[in-house]
Amino acid sequence: MDVGRRPGARERRDGTTNGGIGTMPLDANGAFLSFRNVKKSYDQKTLVVKDFNLDVQKGEFITLLGPSGSGKSTVLMMLAGFEGVTSGDIVIAGQSVTRTAPYRRNIGMVFQNYALFPHMTIAENLAYPLRVRKMNKAAVKDRVNEYLRLIEMGSFGGRYPGQLSGGQRQRVALARALIFEPSLILMDEPLGALDKKLREQMQYEITRLHEQLGFTVIYVTHDQTEALTMSSRIAVFNDGVVQQCAAPAQLYERPSNAFVADFIGENNFIPGKVDRIEGGKARVTVAGGGTITADAAEGLKAGADCVLSIRPEKLFIKPTSHAYDNELVAEHVTHHYVGDFIRFYFRVAEGTEITIKVLNDLAAPDLKAGDKASLVWLAKDCIAFPA
Amino acid sequence: MKHLPAYFTFWHILGHYSLKWTAYLVLAFLMLPIVIIVPLSFNAEPYFTFTDGMLALDPAAYSTRWYQAIFSDANWLLSIKNSFLIGALAATLSTVLGTIAAVGLSSPVMPFKRLITALLLSPMIVPLIIIAAGMFFFYTRFNLVGSYAGLVIAHAALGVPFVIITVTATLSGFDRSLYNAGISMGASPVKVFWDVVIPLIRPGVISGGLFAFVTSFDEVVLVLFLAGPEQRTIPRQMFSGLREQINPTILAVATLLILISIALLVTLEILRRRSERMRGTEF
Repeated sequence: MDVGRRPGARERRDGTTNGGIGTMPLDANGAFLSFRNVKKSYDQKTLVVKDFNLDVQKGEFITLLGPSGSGKSTVLMMLAGFEGVTSGDIVIAGQSVTRTAPYRRNIGMVFQNYALFPHMTIAENLAYPLRVRKMNKAAVKDRVNEYLRLIEMGSFGGRYPGQLSGGQRQRVALARALIFEPSLILMDEPLGALDKKLREQMQYEITRLHEQLGFTVIYVTHDQTEALTMSSRIAVFNDGVVQQCAAPAQLYERPSNAFVADFIGENNFIPGKVDRIEGGKARVTVAGGGTITADAAEGLKAGADCVLSIRPEKLFIKPTSHAYDNELVAEHVTHHYVGDFIRFYFRVAEGTEITIKVLNDLAAPDLKAGDKASLVWLAKDCIAFPA
Repeated sequence: MKHLPAYFTFWHILGHYSLKWTAYLVLAFLMLPIVIIVPLSFNAEPYFTFTDGMLALDPAAYSTRWYQAIFSDANWLLSIKNSFLIGALAATLSTVLGTIAAVGLSSPVMPFKRLITALLLSPMIVPLIIIAAGMFFFYTRFNLVGSYAGLVIAHAALGVPFVIITVTATLSGFDRSLYNAGISMGASPVKVFWDVVIPLIRPGVISGGLFAFVTSFDEVVLVLFLAGPEQRTIPRQMFSGLREQINPTILAVATLLILISIALLVTLEILRRRSERMRGTEF
């Protein structure tokens, strides 16, 4: 999928349609933040980030998601200014920032390990960015109190970071990044050090503040659940390249390639061969002889090998009241009782395993190892990717 | 009798106690020459031995005359003043330079890190007499021999390695994202250095400074080579006192020096504990 094709970018760089940077705060196409052909190499040999393009609108919550070493953190560091850009340009509100010192970029940042100053109290930590900006003392005090209330820690101003729990520290770190009202907030795996419950609370907290204050967020994480629940758009990174950049629902339902389909959520992959493609639908013969109808992904060719991807929750075991237009016979291997659902494992021919999530209700089938069952699903829930 | 394990045989017990007593003997061997100075410095007679009166704990056999002698002798007063002055200036100089060096050496982009560290630490390893001789010939060219400036610079060079070592140790526990956090909030690198880095590495800086001060304070070789009569320090005065007019004044001075050393050691220990507490709050 095309991540950041920007009509008008060329003209603006030439200056022909440039109405003057001062009078035109937003990019020609309305983007608040733009990455243009950004590349990064540490050793001048291999690229850690290969041609990154992205346009971000004001107020968007963009998540950079990917396995570790995929280049997502490097993009964040380049935006913050802690790493130089090897080539390309980063533009904020119409101004290139690649030659701006990091402390002049006016970007708030939340770090994974909180990075609160241990020798300053919570109030002093919050006041620091304001003091740097030479705000007068009374105003600083008011603003600090306002933000302490905002994170519901009104009485904690006099404590030191060492006296707070992980979740409280991260809330303070968040408030400290917001208090000087930067229009852009960067978060580098901010919830990575918290346990599951706190993480969910903090996700809620961040979303609440984001909706309340309307700042733009660039959020880096390797946790896809976090990305799916919080973001307006997610850019999935792998190997220095954005695989897909789309809204969470689209990313989950309509992944543009097998990597995204595999990386986001759970997925089943069944190898097959494309018989023909008609009107965006592919007819695929799978190992074992069945014929399946699936949505054809970009680049799929008739006669070529392909993989079918189907989410575990889109599959049903016959008999079922759900509509279906594909059917495949498989052998039951085992099942795991998870609580709210049961996870069934099936084997189709030649060792391909399929997982199915079945809601734990009365309709849950009672199968034994070796039983044959018919698995059914809709063609629109199944995508055929080129192998 | 302590609770020794029940399985101990006679030989175990023998080994246990001989180890214990050997340890006490070693401790006594190290401490006695120092401790013995303290009562001797209160000798009423100009001797380096315990008089019969002292052994009988006769109050008349003890006096503080040698302490008074220190403070009435112009030479001693000058050398005390010099020791503190040169020590303080040299410690300040080496603290500033050593801290800057340590910060630079801890940067990930610093080239030739090992070579530069080795060079900066060399005054600690090279025999003092060689440094002294080298400095003497070098300083003659700049008219620094027999001047306060010369001694301060020389002692600062000796103190720098201690500061580098202690500050590097504190910096190794310094979380670089704190620096980045300061920068992201709009503070310039220099401001972040003063507001964040310095307060957090302060214990290391101060203990390095104290080490540098002590190094200068008890240094005699460089002083013998580089100092004129005007720059005589306490160790230099004790050295000449031993050769010229032998009396317990130097014992009184030694006792005062022991007290100063104890005070410094206690300060260092307090700083160390404080830095550990600071470290504990970092995540």
